[in-house]
Amino acid sequence: MEMRQVLCECLDQMMAENENIVVIDADLAKPNGTFPLRKKYPERAIDVGIAEQNMASVAAGMSSYGFIPFITSFTPFASRRICDQIAISIAYAKQNVKIIGSDPGISAEFNGGTHMSMEDVGVLRSIPELVIYEPVDTAQFKQALPQIAAYRGPVYIRMFRKTIDDVFTSPDYRFDLFKADCIQTGEAVTIFCSGLMVQETMKANEILRQEGISAEIINIHTIKPIDRGAVVQSAKKTGAVVVAENHNVIGGLTSAVCEVLMEEYPVPLRAVGVKDRFGQVGKMPFLKEEYHMTAQDVVSAVKEVLKLKK
Amino acid sequence: MEDLKQICADVRADVVTTIGTLGVGHIGGSLSIVDLLVVLYEKHMNIDPKNPNMEGRDRLVVSKGHSGPAVYAMLAHKGFFDKSWLLTLNRSGTNLPSHCDMNRTPGVDMTTGSLGQGFSCAMGVALASKLRGDGATVYTIIGDGESQEGQIWEAAMFGAQKKLDNVIAFTDYNNMQIDGDVSDICDIADLGAKWRAFGWHTIELQNGHDLAAIDAAIVQAKQADKPSMIILKTVKGKGVRFIEEMGFANHSIPMTKEQMEAAIAEIRGE
Repeated sequence: MEMRQVLCECLDQMMAENENIVVIDADLAKPNGTFPLRKKYPERAIDVGIAEQNMASVAAGMSSYGFIPFITSFTPFASRRICDQIAISIAYAKQNVKIIGSDPGISAEFNGGTHMSMEDVGVLRSIPELVIYEPVDTAQFKQALPQIAAYRGPVYIRMFRKTIDDVFTSPDYRFDLFKADCIQTGEAVTIFCSGLMVQETMKANEILRQEGISAEIINIHTIKPIDRGAVVQSAKKTGAVVVAENHNVIGGLTSAVCEVLMEEYPVPLRAVGVKDRFGQVGKMPFLKEEYHMTAQDVVSAVKEVLKLKK
Repeated sequence: MEDLKQICADVRADVVTTIGTLGVGHIGGSLSIVDLLVVLYEKHMNIDPKNPNMEGRDRLVVSKGHSGPAVYAMLAHKGFFDKSWLLTLNRSGTNLPSHCDMNRTPGVDMTTGSLGQGFSCAMGVALASKLRGDGATVYTIIGDGESQEGQIWEAAMFGAQKKLDNVIAFTDYNNMQIDGDVSDICDIADLGAKWRAFGWHTIELQNGHDLAAIDAAIVQAKQADKPSMIILKTVKGKGVRFIEEMGFANHSIPMTKEQMEAAIAEIRGE
């Protein structure tokens, strides 16, 4: 199932149960999967047109009335385009708005550089009191959305839009918005990963396992506030860290992990992600190669960091 | 209207006291909306100062958030908080910051200060009121300089599209902004034609300090079947000659104790 389908189905269910939930699109309801909602909820699923700033502030106004607006766009337009509206209308004013940006990082594919947000997490992470969440797969996203709706405060959701491999396949999987997910315990190195780099890390894990390298794999789905305990505990255990993210390595998960570890427990660290470059058009296999974000790149980073480990 | 004139003088004097006691502040744009605030709070707004978060109350979003000192003087006059608060403007830990903050000040319905945003927020508030069906009227005040912000016009289209006839907006059109006269910096004329073109019920008042005319315009706007924009031709710094005469330089000015006392005497007609 596509992630946007999960979004639509969860919103549908939540809107049925909670009359305060509203969805506001800015002419991207079709690509984001929220379009069907307006048939069932013509008053609570609305479109402001191509006017993202207005979308964000209208949502803040509705929140002041007790509504819980979910606003949607592509990541660049749901972050850098409306940075001030997120900062002032929403976060500073303490409004309960959920911001959904789709197609994070390189995943915008043929929409190319203008539509690729290498910086959205970095831009938004420095806005106080804003929660930043990046789903991994449909199973996690299904559990996350009701928790995000129940949480009182602004949340930015960095959603991969289409079909992505399942990672959390166990029926026993329980998601907690503010707790990192340990996917695999290990001894030699910790890989902190987010978004589509979780799937790449899982592929890398197969290679590492064959080479006898035991990796601890932790999904940091909520980049802010980061689960400091999970980061420090694992770094203490393995003594070496790789961070893998679909974002500029400046400002995103790498920075967030470094901020914690430099304060609490410095260890050698290597980053896999976009190395301060803009995006470009291409399909995912090309883009992953081009930006050195393949499973093999994760493996190489692990080997580099192991050399540095004391 | 004589009673209202007296209240206008009281509120103006309080604005001058608020800023003069601190020694600096956004005096020009505060004084230019006092008459409007008095008509709104004394004659139109359904509010309860003892219950500032009353459900179904009318809302006011002052999108030109730097007019906080005028809003605070008005709210204190209505009894939302004690007048002694006015002397805390911008002091450490105050509940009365330069720009309106809904989380700090009882009676403030929206946090504003980044121009253009409050007006959009007001559209969201109005839509929310319609969904709730509580019959509230949403009043909102924007500046003429603020009308240079693109977001104002995004919200204008949205308000007309959603037929937000529960919105009554005002433009404080004193033709002054920080760097000069609006018409010299980036002109917004013909403002009335712009709002009409955007589908708003538009009323233009040549004297935006005429209490009876403001009142009549609001009464008329309430009958409209679309959102209303009442454009008030105002004087920035209205009511204190030395401030008026500064022109656009009066946006935010230092004020001595002597200037403050003279200004209050002038307002009181002494």
